[in-house]
Amino acid sequence: MSDQIPPTLSRATPKRQPLWLTLLMGGILLGILALLAYSITHRQRAVVQAGDTAPDFTLQPFDGSPVSLSGLSGKIVVVNFWASWCQPCQQETAWLEQAWKQYGSDGQVVFLGVDYMDTETAAKAFIKQYGMTYLNGPDLESKISHDYGVMAVPETYIIGRDGKLAYAQIGPFASLDQITGVIDALLKQ
Amino acid sequence: MKHLSRFTFASMLAMIALLAGVGRAAAQQPTPSDNDVNQVASQIYCPLCQNVRLDVCPTAACAQMRELIREKLAAGWSTKQIEDYFVQQYGPAVLAEPPAEGWNLLVYIVPLVALVAGAFFVAQVFRHSPKTQSKPARPTLPSEDPYLNRLEDELQHRQH
Amino acid sequence: MITNIGFGSLAIAFVLTLYSVGAALYGVRSKAGAWVDSARYAVMSVFFLITLAVAALIVLMLTGHYEVAYVYEVINSGMPLYLKVTALWGGQEGSILFWCWLMSGAAFIVMLRNWKEDRALLPWVIVVTMVTLTFFLGLTIFAVNAFYRFWTMPNGAEVTSVFQPAGATPIFPYNGVGLNPLLRHPAMIIHPPALYLGFVLFTIPFAFTIASLISGQKDDHWIALTHRWTLTAWLFLSAGLLLGMWWAYGVLGWGGYWGWDPVEIAALMPWLSGTARRWTAFLIMLTYTLVILGTFLTRSGLLSSVHAFAEGNLGVPFFIFLSLALIGMFGLLLYRWNDLEGHGALTSLLSRESIFILNNLLIMGILVVCLWGVLFPIFSEWITGQRITVGPPFYEHAAGPLFVGLLLLMGIVPLTAWGRSTIKTLGAAIWKPLTAALVLLVIAFVLGIREWAALLGIGVAALAGCVTLYDYGRSVWLRHRSRGENIFQSLWRTPGVSRRRYGGYIIHVGFSLMALGVIGINMFQTQTQATLAQNQSIQLDGYTLTYRTLEVWDTTGGSNLAQAVLNVSYDGTLVGQLFPTRNYYYSIQQSVTLPAIRSTLKDDLYVVLADWQDITTQSATFKVYHNPLVAWLWIGGGVLILGTLMAAWPSEEKRRRNRQVLS
Repeated sequence: MSDQIPPTLSRATPKRQPLWLTLLMGGILLGILALLAYSITHRQRAVVQAGDTAPDFTLQPFDGSPVSLSGLSGKIVVVNFWASWCQPCQQETAWLEQAWKQYGSDGQVVFLGVDYMDTETAAKAFIKQYGMTYLNGPDLESKISHDYGVMAVPETYIIGRDGKLAYAQIGPFASLDQITGVIDALLKQ
Repeated sequence: MKHLSRFTFASMLAMIALLAGVGRAAAQQPTPSDNDVNQVASQIYCPLCQNVRLDVCPTAACAQMRELIREKLAAGWSTKQIEDYFVQQYGPAVLAEPPAEGWNLLVYIVPLVALVAGAFFVAQVFRHSPKTQSKPARPTLPSEDPYLNRLEDELQHRQH
Repeated sequence: MITNIGFGSLAIAFVLTLYSVGAALYGVRSKAGAWVDSARYAVMSVFFLITLAVAALIVLMLTGHYEVAYVYEVINSGMPLYLKVTALWGGQEGSILFWCWLMSGAAFIVMLRNWKEDRALLPWVIVVTMVTLTFFLGLTIFAVNAFYRFWTMPNGAEVTSVFQPAGATPIFPYNGVGLNPLLRHPAMIIHPPALYLGFVLFTIPFAFTIASLISGQKDDHWIALTHRWTLTAWLFLSAGLLLGMWWAYGVLGWGGYWGWDPVEIAALMPWLSGTARRWTAFLIMLTYTLVILGTFLTRSGLLSSVHAFAEGNLGVPFFIFLSLALIGMFGLLLYRWNDLEGHGALTSLLSRESIFILNNLLIMGILVVCLWGVLFPIFSEWITGQRITVGPPFYEHAAGPLFVGLLLLMGIVPLTAWGRSTIKTLGAAIWKPLTAALVLLVIAFVLGIREWAALLGIGVAALAGCVTLYDYGRSVWLRHRSRGENIFQSLWRTPGVSRRRYGGYIIHVGFSLMALGVIGINMFQTQTQATLAQNQSIQLDGYTLTYRTLEVWDTTGGSNLAQAVLNVSYDGTLVGQLFPTRNYYYSIQQSVTLPAIRSTLKDDLYVVLADWQDITTQSATFKVYHNPLVAWLWIGGGVLILGTLMAAWPSEEKRRRNRQVLS
């Protein structure tokens, strides 16, 4: 083929890269770039911002029947992610339990505890130790924490009556007053 | 009365014997050893940390999960049952390989296709490249460069 | 003051790199050599400036200036001096600065060479290296600045910045946090610099490739020019990977050396493409891409692992740089497709050329497995919304057979001459080493190894080793006969004649020994775990370990050390003692358990304290591993490095040839 054309003239009939190969390589390149772009834009943290509609979920409590977030619309829902192995969760749980006793009676505010990456035995022992009376359940298949972008515990998401996220607390609350302050502000709206 | 009390006495004895027997059977269930736990834990990955096996993970959460495995082993669960339980609790990321269904099958298919395509491509190159004449095999001293070897070959050819 | 000098030098260096790119490009357009020379001097001054910045940071670290955020992060007064210096690459900001320094140093050396014959290439080499450096310098200035200091604003908020904000007062912490205890280990001193050097040095051949393609040169003269750079880059990358494996084995305490961690794979991929034979433009571009991709994956927080740096804001800049680089390379390949002739016809399926191509096919296969394995979790989450793990079983099943194939090819390569080989020729050459390898295999079988995968691996490793030794022996014999030399002189001089080729053989032997170690530990490792009270024993594979006592004390490095003493017996006789430790660091409230290893050529006995429960004199939990043959992994690695050094070493003949060419 090319041995008949002297080397100096071979440029006159340039070999072009076959089209299919170009398309294939280009496609693979674009695919890899697309994947990388996706992973940067879909980072775990701060998935749900204040003002966004809170992702719906169904919690199967350790005791009791399933509760879904959509069924609680019209109420203020405090969703707290915790774990029995989480040291900062201990103090915060005591405050949350106090707040629950304070607000829970008239049914306007609901507290839900989502147990993150935990074992049932240890979780139940924790619940008993801190006298938690609000509903707590495991995060099956880690779906709820995935939807909310939870990467560590504790994290708390307070959802307003309109089903939108009103307040996100990454890390433990600083005091009981901080919790009641946020809930009071939401109740006034 | 005497019959009844003898009967009562006998049945009490029987019950004690029965309970003792049951008790012994329960005591015969051994606590799974650390090795048994590690056997199962080495197939599962810590859902919290990235790429850390459950049997070597140092966190408190993993320690609890290992105790969970011990509980389940003591209750007679098989490794597969425990793995399924972990997937149900924490999601499929705890398995070392994606469960072989749906899109996950691509994980093996893509490299295989790439390899086969590459082999095909190489075979095409072989078939279409021009063959040169064979050089006579000669015992030579190894020279530094293949370039030098070629050069020496050329010189040899020219001399003939 | 020092902080300002450091940051100032960095800023000036950044401006100069931009200038050098502009000047080089202008010099090409206007064909004015003076501009290109100016660019060249700019490149050289950049090195001095970055050296100044690095020196400033080191001084800040050694003198405990904890108001600088980076110093606060990585330095603690309890750390020994050498660790304080190596903390330069212990954190994100410092390590990128370190990278810049290495990059500028490599560019400096390249600028020093005699450019008389390659004037056409010079401006483009400057452009490519300086564009890369501009990117990384830009990161150190705008994204991950090592010179940020702590300030308190008038409203009480704490901020970090280089220069004092209006009205703010400085904060002077009296001590810093310190390096992650896992990093406080001698191997951690050399591992990152070796890896970074490997990555950075690959940029130089890449720059020459691009320069050659853009300037329209039609030969592969640039391959010969940069061969030593490529080999040196590969040397450091191999050393870095080996050190990482050795460190993982000796420090991390899980009884293994390679976890197929995504960050490990990110460093392995450029090494793989660097191992491919017959460098073409495509391969060099691939290697450079993998270097940038690997850096991107490790630092952008996309993959978290024991390696991961703090999740930062580097994702977007890296992505932009990578995309632009890829598109640029792709376009260049298309534009210059004609000039990329492969040279030499493929004469026979079994010739050296063809084997190199098969070799490259297998390496590409492994690369695809690695890249796909790393990217697949992202793909899966995108399509199905589910997070899955692609772990070691995948890589072992998919890449394992390909590695065995590579080993097999390695056995055949030395026996084929350049050019045509028929089965007969190959067969005539191969029967002697093949028999020797078979004998070794039979011995392995007799010694009790029955698994077919292990036998296959051993057979292939033995073949590679025997073939290499046979080729060496044959060449020595020929030389001895034809030159009438003393046999010992021949043994010594034969490699000297062609260092590159014999270096290659030694590299092959190194690989074979490593393969032996890998087979031993991957296929025959056993483990056991138990909680022992004092004077109780645990047994594994004929070894008995007895827990004698526990010693606990506070160290000068700010930690609490618990050291267990175990007596080790084999078949009843005492063979030694082992001292696994648990070190608890007060400042970060983390502990590190270090294994104790008894290493012989035959096997390793590996003990680590499991701190699942409290460690006391009365009871402690021990995990024991028995790793056969793993020492050969490290020995083979050392041989590999020696072989590479030999291949890269300038030889007498080459120097003579170079002088002839220049005169």
